[in-house]
Amino acid sequence: MELFDLALIWAFIIGFGIIMYVLMDGFDLGVGILFPFAPSEQDRDTMMNSVAPVWDGNETWLVLGGAGLLAAFPLVYSIILPALYIGVFLLLAGLIFRGVAFEFRFKARTSRYLWNWSFAGGSTVAAFAQGAVVGAYIQGFETANGAYVGGALDWLTPFTVLTGFGLLAGYALLGSTWLIMKTEGRLQDWAYRITTPLLAAVLVIFAIISVWTPFVDDMVRERWFSNLTVIWILPALTLLCAFQIWRSVRYRFEGMPFVATMGLFITTYLGLIVSRWPYVVPPNYTLWDASSAYESQLFLLIGLLFVIPIVLAYTAWTYWVFRGKVRAGEGYH
Amino acid sequence: MELDPLILSRIQFAFVVSFHAIFPVFTIGLASYIAVLEGLAFKTRNPVWVKLSSFWTKVFAVVFGMGVVSGIVMSFQFGTNWSNFSQATANFLGPVLSYEVITAFFLEAAFLGVLLFGRNKVPPGVHLFAAIMVATGTFISSFWILAANSWMQTPAGIELRDGVFHVVSWSQALFNPSFPYRFLHMALASFLTGGFVVAGVSAWYLLRGREVEANRKALSMCLWLLLFIAPAQLVVGDFHGLNTLEHQPMKVAAMEGNWETSRNVPLLLFAIPDQANQTNHFEIGIPSLASFVLTHDWDGEVPGLNEVAVEEQPPVAIVFWSFRIMVGLGMLMILFALTGLLLRAKGRYYQARWYLQGLRFMSIAPFIAVLTGWFVTEVGRSPWLVYGMMTHAESVTPSLTGAMALFTLIGYIVVYALVFSAGVYYLMRVLYVGLEDDEKDEEHGADRPARPLSAAHVPFEIEPGEGSVNHAKPLNQGGH
Ligand code: HDD
Ligand code: HEM
Ligand code: HEM
Repeated sequence: MELFDLALIWAFIIGFGIIMYVLMDGFDLGVGILFPFAPSEQDRDTMMNSVAPVWDGNETWLVLGGAGLLAAFPLVYSIILPALYIGVFLLLAGLIFRGVAFEFRFKARTSRYLWNWSFAGGSTVAAFAQGAVVGAYIQGFETANGAYVGGALDWLTPFTVLTGFGLLAGYALLGSTWLIMKTEGRLQDWAYRITTPLLAAVLVIFAIISVWTPFVDDMVRERWFSNLTVIWILPALTLLCAFQIWRSVRYRFEGMPFVATMGLFITTYLGLIVSRWPYVVPPNYTLWDASSAYESQLFLLIGLLFVIPIVLAYTAWTYWVFRGKVRAGEGYH
Repeated sequence: MELDPLILSRIQFAFVVSFHAIFPVFTIGLASYIAVLEGLAFKTRNPVWVKLSSFWTKVFAVVFGMGVVSGIVMSFQFGTNWSNFSQATANFLGPVLSYEVITAFFLEAAFLGVLLFGRNKVPPGVHLFAAIMVATGTFISSFWILAANSWMQTPAGIELRDGVFHVVSWSQALFNPSFPYRFLHMALASFLTGGFVVAGVSAWYLLRGREVEANRKALSMCLWLLLFIAPAQLVVGDFHGLNTLEHQPMKVAAMEGNWETSRNVPLLLFAIPDQANQTNHFEIGIPSLASFVLTHDWDGEVPGLNEVAVEEQPPVAIVFWSFRIMVGLGMLMILFALTGLLLRAKGRYYQARWYLQGLRFMSIAPFIAVLTGWFVTEVGRSPWLVYGMMTHAESVTPSLTGAMALFTLIGYIVVYALVFSAGVYYLMRVLYVGLEDDEKDEEHGADRPARPLSAAHVPFEIEPGEGSVNHAKPLNQGGH
């Protein structure tokens, strides 16, 4: 009767959606995180213009992530959202403030500084909250009978604070390498300058997280140390990407730092998946436990196969329309 | 003091969804209006249409942007506060909401960019096409979300197994019994909202003698539209009510304030429902009319609230009064539409200042009607969340504490108050500046799409003196 293991297919789709979101909204959140440190107000205009055309579409992947989880793995949706209740609120509040800042900042005169803070603060809070979500995920959730039974702030531990900072630094790195690619002149020089220290910060935090993780969770320890012969490949690839970022910044390549940073994210992400597979609500539920009904997964899958290629085409088209360098005076005023 | 997470979650959901609802109901109507203006501009090449279209597109951009941010909040509410509900209904709601994202939200986002910023970048035909696609997107979006909501009102096509709903027929579940009525009623509500806002704003400009030619055209169009859809809403609303009588009789009983199942039930114009004593005070009604409206028979039997236990009755007063406000405003809308026709016959509808003043105030009426309409629908189904199958109390997140719910409730109120007062202030600013600014704006060719609010190139702060002068004028000129 059930021809395919739909749960598995859906795990890939959701996994794809999440990394799409992280990479795409990651760089525009990163630009927001770096915002207060920009050399001048004019450069801030350019920074905002560089992400303005695309951030909205990027965020739609988050909405798809939420709805897609509800459709394919309702247990994940209905355990993780209550477990992260306060964190989700902070995330959404951050996204609201930064979303409206795009729109109001350019119309503001005397109150412009307010929207600068709204943009930078919102982006920072949202990025930190997402990093803490990753940490909470590694930590696992206290559940019973398919529901979350822990407390309101269980997710907030020293470990998740560290992962919060880790993602903050990571998004900032995506942001700075994006700026290298999209800008020129003084702003680009600045982006080059901050990229190496940011990379160092990311590597240090990632190293601490990697050492800490096996102590946070037994299963991860087990998985890592019993598969050492293969598992070393992922950190090695991560380091390779890091080296590539460093080298390409040194030789002032324009596109490569961003591409290598995406590589860094992808390998780290794969590392996370490998450590937790096939648990989608660690430590108790696998992706098969968390699945919705077969008919429901199938019903949505069919539509998705037709529609997502069209959506990807739109998205590519928007990026194509706005290809090339962004210049200061080019935006709206 | 014990904080009840259930009550607080209900208040929070009611707050954030009501907030969200204000924006889509306007953008759905306005998107279609803009598509029509674009079509006229394309066909006739008359610059007046372009002018109107660019102006309303700016307003649209601001409202749409607020719809987006408040909508993102909505898509996480089901999980954070109603996790048991999410788990039980995911097999149906999950795919429906996901289809909304992939068929509507992405479509709207992509073509919005072209609509807002592409006038000088793409050929006119493509621009018109973008406007049509945005309008289509808003309808696709309402299709899915109203199918989801209607299914909760009148569940169909599903089977409950071990506390989880399983879909047995997608077509029955999507096209459930109340869906066609709700979709039509909501579509008309959106057009009424778009129509009355455009009419109100045009009337205000006419009162101040600004851009008379364009605003007269806009007002005339709106009045023709309202003439047809305001009465149509009454008819659709009537059928909607009959459908509700069939599937959710207790909701109708609450709407009518009818406590006992009986014949010759009067249509109450005024009453103070008293749920504790299961009766009304100070009733004023028209004899037998409720029986007639609901059964099309003067002595037809109308169900009363006494058919179910007190705990299973919805809060009657809210439903009763919300219903009266909605219908009252609907009648007022019909009245305004007909008056417009009479004045038009005399050839002077744009000179009758009292009428234009009235239209100005009517521009908020549809928002109130929409919210009260939703209150009837949503409060009227309690204690059920999925009618007859799952209650509010069964749906709430088990790990949620009163303190957590209170924290986010206050949080959302504060965030929305800040952000949206800025938004509304900004919208006002766009309206003050009006159509005149347009040519100047067109020169900023290097705009970037996909960012709703930025289509409006109006500085945020009102220049010293400027706003207040503009503001004072229409008020002083008002009336005779
Ligand atoms: C009948 C219309 C209608 C209703 C009842 C709702 N919405 Fe809505 N929503 C829209 C019509 C709409 C829209 C017209 O499609 C919006 C308004 C502005 C916009 O950007 O799209 C939108 C935006 C919007 C967005 C942002 C989309 C984006 O990222 O572009 C989300 C996530 C939701 N909505 C979710 C919801 C949820 C979970 C609702 C119910 C509880 C809900 N909406 C009620
Ligand atoms: C957009 C217009 C809408 C408005 C103004 C609205 C308004 C409301 C209100 C006032 C309540 C509170 C009722 C009570 O607690 O007694 C409520 C409850 C609810 N509505 Fe809606 N609603 C809307 C659309 C929707 C849609 C489209 C859905 C689902 C797809 C939905 C799902 C719910 C749920 C799950 C609840 C239960 C939570 C609660 O009781 O607060 N609503 N709504
Ligand atoms: C003119 C007479 C009207 C009648 C007889 C009428 C009737 C009704 C009824 C019976 C319901 C509840 C349906 C249910 O919950 O099952 C309803 C809901 C609603 N009404 Fe009206 N209505 C009228 C006017 C209006 C107007 C003018 C507007 C807005 C412009 C409006 C907007 C709504 C909305 C948004 C809802 C909630 C969504 C829904 O259930 O359709 N109504 N109406």
